Amino acid sequence: MNRKFLAYISILLVSIIFIVRLFYLQVIDDSYRASPLNNSAVAIKYDYPQRGFVYDRNDVLLVANQPSYDIMVIPQDVAPLDTLEFCNLLQITKEDFIKKYGRAKNYSPRIPSVFLTQLSKERYAYLQEKMYKYKGFYIQKRLLREYPISSAPNVLGYLGEADENFLKNDSYYQLGEIIGVNGIEKQYEDTLRGVKGVKFIQKNRFNKEIGPYKEGIYDTLPTIGKDLTLTLDIKLQKYGEELMQNKRGGIVAIEPSTGEILALISTPTYDPDLMVGRKRSKNSVVLFGDTINNPMIDRALQAQYPPGSPFKIINGLIGLQEEVITTDTHFYCYGGYKYGRGKGAFMKCHCGIYASPIRLEKGIYRSCNAYFANVYRRTIEKYGKANKGMDVWSNHVKSFGLGDFLGYDLPAGQKGMVPSTELYDRWYPAKNWTSTYTISNAIGQGQVLTTPIQLANMTAAIANRGHFYTPHILKKVANNSIKDEKFTKPKYTTIEPKYFDPVIEGMFQVFENPGGTARFSRVKGIEICGKTGTAENPHGQDHSIFIAFAPKDNPKIAIAVFVENGYWGSRWAGPIATLMIESYLNGEVSRPWLEQRMFEGSLQDEYDKQQELERLLKEQQLAKKKAEEKLLTAQEQLKEDQIAKTEE
Amino acid sequence: MRKRKSNILAGIDWMLVLLFVILIILGWISIYSATVADSHETFNLSSKYGKQLKWIGLSFVLIVITISIDSKFYERFSGVIYIASLASLIGLFLFGSTINGAISWYNFGGASIQPSEFAKVATALALANYLGEPNRDLSNLKSQLSAFLIVILPSILIILQPDAGSALIYFALIFVMYREGLPAYYIVIGLLAILLFIVTLLLGLKITLITVISLIVLFFMYLIRSNNLTFRREWPKIMVICVVVSLFIFSVDYVFNYVFEQRHRDRFSIVLGKTSDTIGIGYNTNQSMITIGSGGWYGKGFLEGDRTQGNFVPAQQTDYIFSTVGEEWGFLGTTIVILVFTAFILRLVQVAERQKSTFSRVFGYSVATIFFFHFMINIGMVIGLLPTIGIPLPFFSYGGSSLWGFTLLLFIFIRLDADRTYVW
Repeated sequence: MNRKFLAYISILLVSIIFIVRLFYLQVIDDSYRASPLNNSAVAIKYDYPQRGFVYDRNDVLLVANQPSYDIMVIPQDVAPLDTLEFCNLLQITKEDFIKKYGRAKNYSPRIPSVFLTQLSKERYAYLQEKMYKYKGFYIQKRLLREYPISSAPNVLGYLGEADENFLKNDSYYQLGEIIGVNGIEKQYEDTLRGVKGVKFIQKNRFNKEIGPYKEGIYDTLPTIGKDLTLTLDIKLQKYGEELMQNKRGGIVAIEPSTGEILALISTPTYDPDLMVGRKRSKNSVVLFGDTINNPMIDRALQAQYPPGSPFKIINGLIGLQEEVITTDTHFYCYGGYKYGRGKGAFMKCHCGIYASPIRLEKGIYRSCNAYFANVYRRTIEKYGKANKGMDVWSNHVKSFGLGDFLGYDLPAGQKGMVPSTELYDRWYPAKNWTSTYTISNAIGQGQVLTTPIQLANMTAAIANRGHFYTPHILKKVANNSIKDEKFTKPKYTTIEPKYFDPVIEGMFQVFENPGGTARFSRVKGIEICGKTGTAENPHGQDHSIFIAFAPKDNPKIAIAVFVENGYWGSRWAGPIATLMIESYLNGEVSRPWLEQRMFEGSLQDEYDKQQELERLLKEQQLAKKKAEEKLLTAQEQLKEDQIAKTEE
Repeated sequence: MRKRKSNILAGIDWMLVLLFVILIILGWISIYSATVADSHETFNLSSKYGKQLKWIGLSFVLIVITISIDSKFYERFSGVIYIASLASLIGLFLFGSTINGAISWYNFGGASIQPSEFAKVATALALANYLGEPNRDLSNLKSQLSAFLIVILPSILIILQPDAGSALIYFALIFVMYREGLPAYYIVIGLLAILLFIVTLLLGLKITLITVISLIVLFFMYLIRSNNLTFRREWPKIMVICVVVSLFIFSVDYVFNYVFEQRHRDRFSIVLGKTSDTIGIGYNTNQSMITIGSGGWYGKGFLEGDRTQGNFVPAQQTDYIFSTVGEEWGFLGTTIVILVFTAFILRLVQVAERQKSTFSRVFGYSVATIFFFHFMINIGMVIGLLPTIGIPLPFFSYGGSSLWGFTLLLFIFIRLDADRTYVW
């Protein structure tokens, strides 16, 4: 073979190998060029717009932004400086400086670190002109939330940082970006945050930025966040919070003609300012960790209680609609209602009308258990078998928005509970249950569970004589009223409007009739309709419940008040409800003594007692368990001894 | 003589000149792209691409001089040039200045010259001169040793700088000797040695030793069977081969672990896939491969390569210049560059083959071999096929000395070729 061919062949071979390799690198293997913008040579910087403000229905500013200034340091850019002068300027000690600087340098010499946090505006103004002297240090502005009125943290929510879980669902955010965590900050995050601007910046291999990427053709400008106007009346809200101090519970007030939420109170409450900026992480541990008071649970939306006596109104309405009673139908009460042959089959009643006919109106204002037990039984038994009656009853109840999420625009909630045939069939697989098995539903005990907002909405539906608007917290976005049909179209109950008048009359008599259960809470000049409630509670003292709306005609406010372990309805919930109604309608309160009593009244003793009781119960159980174990081991020992003996 | 002179332009191989001009232009465009971001101006003569342009300009002066010198001069004075070149390499250790840890440069008030780039020209001339003597027979040992000495002297001086990469090129001249009659087993043994070297590094001492010796024994047993040889006569041969191979394997292991510096070991480890470091020692190669890979079919366009403009690849304008082509011109660009280089080197071999005088042919072959090995090693390194060996890509890499060295190599040969019809 001619020797020159070695040269030709090796040259061609190398050239072919190179081309194949390049084809692989550049064409086949695409791991190197997913997207030019995902490239490590391009930095993405975001320009965060100002977050929208939040106002109440009367344009009182609730949430604003406060600038906060941090001093940042990039250690590799720091030039030799007069440390003493710099420390004096920042009002820190030299040791402090060395410690902070060392920490930043340890973290990374190239990446900016926070050197000093949250300077006041005054210090910022002073420092701003001096900072140019210190290379590598600069001031970074952040926006924090500011709450001019310390109220309604459960409604407003707070800001946190987007974590990995969140990023999975929404590609808009980067790790650690500010994001609404609760309340309207979460619900209306998209509206409040605006749209961040993006800048693409070319970097070199030292991660140093060397200018805009492609002259900034991909860059976008930020869009400022929109302001929100809430339906909340902050004066009413704050007043309610004050009335509820030292008492646990929830209050929801709704404007019946629109479904707008006027107040949404959950106590114990906390200062929204605690969840701002750097103190948030510390405080959230304290607030979320308080499993006794649970301040982070929105009781107005999330707490489920048996509704108690106010639920009798619904049963009355269903009775009328199903025509099992008329306003003239009367029943008798003998200190209670005997629903079976056994001795235990007796529902006590405290209406105090012994063996005298009770009609609907009286049944309501005296809150007679026996009366409504009769009505309920007739309803369930109307169709023969209990299951059909139960279905009909259940549907009526549900039409008031009970037993399911209402669809309001806040991110927390509970379904509550309206029992149904299905439930009882499950409980009694023989399906032999009858109305008396479920008789407690007649008086709002039993299996019925409601949240305060459901109860308030039910009250609004009664006030409107048969329809309601889905409760909502948002009134305007950037001064444009909301047009969402979900909130502007009425929803109708299954009860005809004509049946509401006698019931409402009964609710009116709760205040007006000398025998009314809330006679004591009557307000001169305002026609309030309401209903007291006392819900039995297996854990301790009964809950105090009250629903009310006013005025009787053209109602402006419907309210549900729930005070945990408040003994009975007219003791705490009634006065608080009427005080709030009076304050909202008249702008002032004519009963300062009652107001004073509410302010000062505390159920803390009750809560402590209950906690102590629970602790004792636990200890008791523990002791019992121990004793049992002891006994068991003793018995075993005895057995072994006996065996040993027999063997001997 | 007079007649010959007037024919110079007609005798020039314009094909080679054309390919040279294409390479120079593509090279400068790449350097411009790789360094324009440093100067923040569209054009500036004191920047790197500006300097390179000046050197290109000066190289044309060099070309004119090279072409005007009588072709016989190169043969006559090749010995002198070689000696002067060796002297310049020795002088480095006295007067040279150290850049990047190697004492490879003379510094003349700002301008640096790298004599090893010119020593290639001198060595090629000397080798051509030696092999060009009448009746030179490379099959006898004395000629072989003399030829090796010519090549090895400068390479030892360069290894001492230390600049192992540049020294490697001189060993490539063994292929020129092969073309001129060096027995083929030198090449075969050389290639086998390289293979054994790689296998030893990959598999480790013990496994290689056992595998290779058993293979040799099996091979001889096959030979004995099929050729009717007797074992009794052949066993000393087998023993000698086994001992030599074992010694070689042991020495590879020894050299790799005790003579090589860590950086050399690292470079081999990366290419052999024994480590996957992309931050420390493997940073250059990894960045270079990412940069080339990000180019895709057609590249990102001139000055649009964000990794080039962001200076992600260290030494991109010198040894890694090919990655600029890869990023900004894509597979299309890299293929064109490789094809132009291939055409250029093939043409060199072709032109060398048509020489009537041995001197011209050997020189031509040396030129082709030097260009080919630069091309192969540099691009092989940039695309991650070969270990990191820092030698420039001809006409592409930034630097005056290498540009002028290559230009001299090429145009001395073109000058010789122009006179090819005259045998003297």
